[in-house]
Amino acid sequence: MIRIVNLFFIIFFLLSAKAYSLIEIDITRGNLDPLPIAVSPLFQDDSSKRNSINELKIENVGSEISLVVENNLKISGLFNPLNKEAFLQKPDIAHLKPRFEDWALIKAQALITGKVTIEDKKLKVEFRLWDILAGREMMALAFTTVPSNWRRVGHIISDKVYERLTGEKGYFDTRIIYVSEEGPKTARVKKLAIMDQDGFNTKYLTLGNELVLTPRFNPTSQMVTYLSYFKNLPRVYLLDIETGTQEVVGDFPGMTFAPRFSPDGKKIIMSFAKDGNSDIYTMDLENRIVERITNHPSIDTSPSYSPDNKFITFNSDRSGFQQIYVMKSDGSNVKRISFGKGLYGTPVWSPRGDLIAFTKLHKGKFYIGVMRTDGSGERLLTENYYQEAPSWSPNGRVLIFYRETKSNDKGEGFSAKLWSIDLTGYNERQVQTETDASDPSWSSLLSN
Amino acid sequence: MNFSKSFRNTFLVILLSLIVSACATKKTTTTVEGQMQGDVYTGTDTVKYLADGVPDRVFFATNESILTTKSRDTLRKQANWLRENSSINVVVEGHADERGTREYNLALGERRANAAKDYLITYGISADRISVISYGKERPVDSGSNPLSWSKNRRSVTVKAN
Repeated sequence: MIRIVNLFFIIFFLLSAKAYSLIEIDITRGNLDPLPIAVSPLFQDDSSKRNSINELKIENVGSEISLVVENNLKISGLFNPLNKEAFLQKPDIAHLKPRFEDWALIKAQALITGKVTIEDKKLKVEFRLWDILAGREMMALAFTTVPSNWRRVGHIISDKVYERLTGEKGYFDTRIIYVSEEGPKTARVKKLAIMDQDGFNTKYLTLGNELVLTPRFNPTSQMVTYLSYFKNLPRVYLLDIETGTQEVVGDFPGMTFAPRFSPDGKKIIMSFAKDGNSDIYTMDLENRIVERITNHPSIDTSPSYSPDNKFITFNSDRSGFQQIYVMKSDGSNVKRISFGKGLYGTPVWSPRGDLIAFTKLHKGKFYIGVMRTDGSGERLLTENYYQEAPSWSPNGRVLIFYRETKSNDKGEGFSAKLWSIDLTGYNERQVQTETDASDPSWSSLLSN
Repeated sequence: MNFSKSFRNTFLVILLSLIVSACATKKTTTTVEGQMQGDVYTGTDTVKYLADGVPDRVFFATNESILTTKSRDTLRKQANWLRENSSINVVVEGHADERGTREYNLALGERRANAAKDYLITYGISADRISVISYGKERPVDSGSNPLSWSKNRRSVTVKAN
């Protein structure tokens, strides 16, 4: 159960000194020199400690929150959180007024300090970001929430720090929906699963009784669309992850698949296959009106809207092979944009609007890449035996996708895992999941 | 000392061996244990039978949904069997191999299943006796990651529905 509303923000002071701060991170280039940052454990007094144990079964939620922050900053590839054992100043004193020389001595350029209290079943958190070189405070925030939200507090602090130091929104207070996979390749059991972006709080949304594929978040709400083989009828479904209610999308006399929301959250765009031909359709979620967008004897699939809802990119083999196309959202002005060697699939429009991410197959290798929306400037970010289905972080800086390993002739050695990579092509990382996993979709920021 | 000549000879030998090995690789992929023609599976490992002498499945080339001569022969046998057993309805399942994006493969599986269905219809089987379902790459019959395994998985399978 997700309650975004129960996380109140009370911003009580904000003394940013942007003009004077010396540290700044350029995230438009591959960052090979991550910023050394000290994340001091958030200070918690003794009475709060008792409440923390009672409420959360955690002795020191302040230091747990700081670990969440530290891990987020580390996996972003932009920060190098320093070893806490080297810290000279105690958390409570540092939070009041850091001795900047001490932090400079261990080569920290930025410092996060904070304080937590748990009282009356409320978790109060305040934190500060310090610029060590300039010797001043860069940001200070405080908020109150229910204690069980403590990991989200860590994600929100991470987002604020990321935003303050890079100038762009973060992507830490987000979740990933994906397909959990278990069992042998020939009888794979697949379930919908959802987890925090850092791999914690995994929940399974289906039981594995029927095949489920390609879940995607609505960018504006807690809704998900996906493909289910319920009763052996492959259809696009809509699932409300707060209430658990689900329904079939539209009344199509055949398979519907490859669903995705429009960026305004008002429509679902998908493929409908009939008599061996797949075309693209939309359904308006308010008035349930279905519109046909493409009408071509080839396969048209994997549609994705531009963030302004004006264009659609999609995958078609109308040229004879899988290629990427862009059209106006009414289906007019169809233009092929992929012209490199190989096959192209799964185009996804960046939330920033300037790029389309894709999967490419060339000479037996699979690539995740990006190109501009007119097809120019193709850049391949990663090459592997098998990988596909990129999904953008809400700030358009990171792609998450899945990768499969080759199996031997007996079918052994197969695995499917989630991976992420920066738009720059650096910082490739496996995303931890409890089971094998595929078809990831990144949510929007839960709080702003 | 004719260095450049010996160099050229070495080069030629390397070039020749490359050509030979290229031919060798090509040969193995086209005739793996006599079970493939082009990259269409022609073996019987995975084949089941709807009735005596009526194979349940046909195989496709990579990214293709064209029926081969052998596939058409199999489907004519299925049509005959369906004519003789008019109370039986069937589901034609379309499948793809693992070397393609999931969504495209779902469409490709649907296209393959319909290619088989259409052929059964031309041989007199009523369309309402045949339904189709695509599994894309979700239900491989062979879990290997090699050209022979993939060729067994690019298939449409006719299954009794009742």
